[in-house]
Amino acid sequence: MAFLIKINGNTHSVDVDGHTPLLWVLRDVLGMTGTKFGCGMALCGACTVHINGKPTRSCVTPIDSIGTSEITTIEAIGKTAVGAKIQKAWLDREVVQCGYCQSGQIMSASALLASKPHPTDADIDHAMSGNICRCGTYVRIRDAIKQAASS
Amino acid sequence: MVIDQKASHTSGLAELPSANGLSRRGFLQAGAVAGGGLMLSLSLPFGNREAKAADVFVPNAFIRIGSDGQIVLTMPYVEMGQGTYTSIPMLIAEELEVDLKQIRLEHAPPNEKLYANPLLGVQATGNSNAIRGAWQPLRQAGAAAKTMLVAAAAKKWNVDPASCRAQSGEVLHPPTGRSIKYGALAADAAGMPVPEKIALKRPQEFKLIGTPAKRLDTPAKVNGTAVYGIDVRPQGVKIATLAQSPVFGGRVKSVDDTAAKTVKGVRQIVRLDDAVAVVADHMGAAKKGMAALKIEWDDGPHAKLSTEDIARELDQATLRSGAVAQNIGDVGKAMASAATKVETLYQVPFLAHATMEPMNCTAHLRKDECEIWIGSQAVARVQALAAKAAGLSPEKVIVHNHLIGGGFGRRLEADGAVRAIQIAQHVDGPVKVVWTREEDIQHDMYRPYWVDRISAGLDYKGRPIAWNNRFAGSSVIARWLPPAFKGGLDPDSTEGAIDLVYDLPNFRVEYVRVEPPGIPTAFWRSVGPSHNVFVTESFIDELAAAAKQDPVAYRLALLDKAPRAKAVLALAAAKAGWGGQLPQGLGRGVALQFVFATYMAQIAEVEVSKDGAVRVHRVVCAVDCGIPVNPDTIRAQIQSAIMFGITAALYGNITIKNGRVEETNFDTYQILRMNEAPAVEVHIVESRESPGGMGEAGTSAIVPAVTNAIFAATGKRLRKTPIDIALLKSG
Repeated sequence: MAFLIKINGNTHSVDVDGHTPLLWVLRDVLGMTGTKFGCGMALCGACTVHINGKPTRSCVTPIDSIGTSEITTIEAIGKTAVGAKIQKAWLDREVVQCGYCQSGQIMSASALLASKPHPTDADIDHAMSGNICRCGTYVRIRDAIKQAASS
Repeated sequence: MVIDQKASHTSGLAELPSANGLSRRGFLQAGAVAGGGLMLSLSLPFGNREAKAADVFVPNAFIRIGSDGQIVLTMPYVEMGQGTYTSIPMLIAEELEVDLKQIRLEHAPPNEKLYANPLLGVQATGNSNAIRGAWQPLRQAGAAAKTMLVAAAAKKWNVDPASCRAQSGEVLHPPTGRSIKYGALAADAAGMPVPEKIALKRPQEFKLIGTPAKRLDTPAKVNGTAVYGIDVRPQGVKIATLAQSPVFGGRVKSVDDTAAKTVKGVRQIVRLDDAVAVVADHMGAAKKGMAALKIEWDDGPHAKLSTEDIARELDQATLRSGAVAQNIGDVGKAMASAATKVETLYQVPFLAHATMEPMNCTAHLRKDECEIWIGSQAVARVQALAAKAAGLSPEKVIVHNHLIGGGFGRRLEADGAVRAIQIAQHVDGPVKVVWTREEDIQHDMYRPYWVDRISAGLDYKGRPIAWNNRFAGSSVIARWLPPAFKGGLDPDSTEGAIDLVYDLPNFRVEYVRVEPPGIPTAFWRSVGPSHNVFVTESFIDELAAAAKQDPVAYRLALLDKAPRAKAVLALAAAKAGWGGQLPQGLGRGVALQFVFATYMAQIAEVEVSKDGAVRVHRVVCAVDCGIPVNPDTIRAQIQSAIMFGITAALYGNITIKNGRVEETNFDTYQILRMNEAPAVEVHIVESRESPGGMGEAGTSAIVPAVTNAIFAATGKRLRKTPIDIALLKSG
């Protein structure tokens, strides 16, 4: 059956099996490839999107569990005030290396700042430890979150 | 600056300009570009050998200055997060006197003859040598182009070239206040002679080199628009995932695809000799189809293989004599006269790359040609091996290279492209083959397992008078670049084990090549040094302990002939507060190395809990990598390499049981996370020496710095990675 899902303010109809993870609907069905595949088991955070503002691993989120919830992806996070601040801090601090995990990092960091405008180091550890960066950009991710929080 | 991610096939040759001048040094040729403009073709030298044999001019990098003033550099190195796309243009911009933004980079199409890496001899990005290889020739090319543009302006104005000056993309004539932009001069400049002598700026004249330049590839990586290999979507593409024989060397015995074929979105099951693929409309369906497949495997000859078998074989191999990598003095005689002897075994495991972007390749096989979309560190290798698999000549294989979601050596291999071709041979239209994380980890090509038998003799003062190391393991070079494996040795396997910075009068290192049965090995971040520096820097620490001396003081006393090494060690020690008090359970460890032509010292502060858990709190790194081209990238690479190395020290372990890799995903193959990441301080030594490599050095130094710190904290010497928490329990 077809599902109606709301992504970045637009409604899309997708005809896939109800168990299909949101990640593959985004990437392969709708062609929104900014959200990345890393592990398929919610272990690395590369696929993080926001569902009603909450950071969510799209690789383990079946399409039939979403209903009318609002999905926000990396393609649109810059339209939110917090997302734009995070993206700017990421560029200012030269966080990025290979960049593959950074969509997920930015989605997790934006959700953190949206709920805690002035996070402590412990808050950052808690919110960001689900996102692996194989290039090891953690030092700069921490600095960039702090910069965004103070801007 | 725009980065052109598309690279079609061998179009570079057709664009070669007609030569009108060849510089005496034989590395540079100039010509005109169709439509008006200057084209410089460069031949980046291959070590010392080719520099002397310059009678054949084979350019492998191109600089075009168009009549619109746009400067385009075509070069063979790829961007994989290491900042090459920013640092390399800096070299040209510095001498050409243009803004970094005026240079556009084009990635070179696959062509082994044209674009071979000057230090590797093949078209590849690896071994931390992009800046090392490009340092002289690209600056010289920039300076030559500037000289020709100035000559063209001087001729136009009928003035002495010496009275003109180049600045910000134009030539000025200060006495008359006239100026012309490069674009307006480019066509005329093509007719000027290539200067025979090229004067390069002195380091104190650098405006760009040595300043932190903003990365040019990052904006697209923070808004989801960057296109990695896994993101390509040619018209009509289907998505496939695969299962390869769980045992290395096994075969498919039977496949029952009845249930898989009924999964919504599944289009096709492809059975290969040693793998099965499910082709579907999307990866969700492909994975579900794969889960529904019933595959029986014939496990083949390696069905019983285990890590222990491999370790035992390597251990035995260290009792045989090997190829002599370095021999100084008389180790046997010195050892016989030693007051103290220390002898031990070290070993390091197989390691996966676990790049965040899982292995993938998209292929479209048509009747007599083939198109490939991939993120590769070695596009010419991809083209050659894909052509072989497809039964086509290489020029019939078009390779589109894309951003790389982590390389670390994994994407120097073409196995993923070959798999995609094998599957595409059964599929009508383009197919994107995406490996699951489990396939990626269980069918990686691994950093080799190595075992070292090492001994030393100390005199009555504790100073080492004999050093004897014999190690055994796989040679990646012997498979990947056979001509570089000579006399039982290769430059990677031994780097960091020989040519040590220390003054060791009697010194012998032997290497025994042993290939593990069935297990494919490959380059990894820091490859050889990731093993050798762990062994040598742990062992020198053992010798300091045997001599009852401070680890830093012990090393310093052996460095009178290595002033740059001594300087980085002293700097790191000072910045880290070496010798200062630390709370109970914490320790400081040091490591010093000269690898990838860069000197580096690291000091790690590590806490060992009662339950044996290890936490790295702080790392201080001092580095002398010659002239720092982009200091911010140097800091970034060291921070990155340290996290990569800590992952190896604490967790990295690929184990084999019954011929299969036991680890599957990030739960069993752990990667360091944000809450475990130490603070990192990087101190860059001011230097006028030629640049050294930067991408990998930090990885090899941190591992012994951590294990030496564990020794300082607990008195327990770890001679194997990853660290064994059980050995560190104290309560």
